[in-house]
Amino acid sequence: MRELSLNVMDVAQNSVRAEATLVRISVTESDKDDRLTIEIADDGCGMTQEQVQQVIDPFFTTRTTRKVGLGVPLFKLSAEQTGGSFDIQSEKGVGTTTTASYVKSHVDMTPLGDINSTVKILIQCNPQIDFVYTCTTDNGSFTLDTRELREVLGDVSLDTPDVLLWIGDYLEENTKNIYGGA
Amino acid sequence: MKSLAELKAIRDRAQAELQMRQENPNAARVMVGMATCGIAAGARPVLNAFVEEIAKRGLKDVTVTQTGCIGICQYEPVVEVEIPGEEKVTYVKMTPEKAVKVVNDHLVNHNVVTEYTIGTATK
Repeated sequence: MRELSLNVMDVAQNSVRAEATLVRISVTESDKDDRLTIEIADDGCGMTQEQVQQVIDPFFTTRTTRKVGLGVPLFKLSAEQTGGSFDIQSEKGVGTTTTASYVKSHVDMTPLGDINSTVKILIQCNPQIDFVYTCTTDNGSFTLDTRELREVLGDVSLDTPDVLLWIGDYLEENTKNIYGGA
Repeated sequence: MKSLAELKAIRDRAQAELQMRQENPNAARVMVGMATCGIAAGARPVLNAFVEEIAKRGLKDVTVTQTGCIGICQYEPVVEVEIPGEEKVTYVKMTPEKAVKVVNDHLVNHNVVTEYTIGTATK
């Protein structure tokens, strides 16, 4: 994966498959602490403790179509190769929270990339699911909550083209200041 | 600056068109492979290109959606185009530029872009 935002898109699919109704994605970046933390939390079907242990193994998957599952192992690798950490907490019937923490200045740090695009595509392709995206840096914080958008939109779906364009611009404008134009 | 008030205006416009969209069972479907393999191969810019080109041309009866891995990871990004009454077409090794051509030739003019299909790629 060339961007961490692609890992986020990949791992968030697991939440979709777990029939989550609400997925929280938070990206916390701090130059001061030299840290980037990505958390993906869902209220999907969750996993047993045994499955949590297995899921970091590339040759484990709950799918029956083939024998490999690379999403989580790649995400874990991306964090650990920077001297960071990786953690999955899950409870059957409650949900799963995946946390990856990175040392930003490490030579093997993968760039975060176009995270706004990831959030937009997740909303577009899963208009029935609610997403709460929070990004935080040393300069401030911004949250996009699709439940608030839904209140405004009424019976108009989140995947209406004009709405998606608005979401894209809205994300870009609001995160620009936080990232200091970088 | 984008505001929620602007979103309201979009809603009002969309509500007028909503009826039209729902009554159309003949909507074409564009499915972009978005499993780990597809994403790593660059499916995201391809999906964005489809959405943008379809919005730009104002095509109302096309839905763009993502699908999983269909087992041909070496050909990713894979895009399937399904128009009711026509044969499903599988495009392989897609790029944003190819996506624009598929929208214009296939979705608008119903001419399959044969050179991008899996049949041509495997020859």
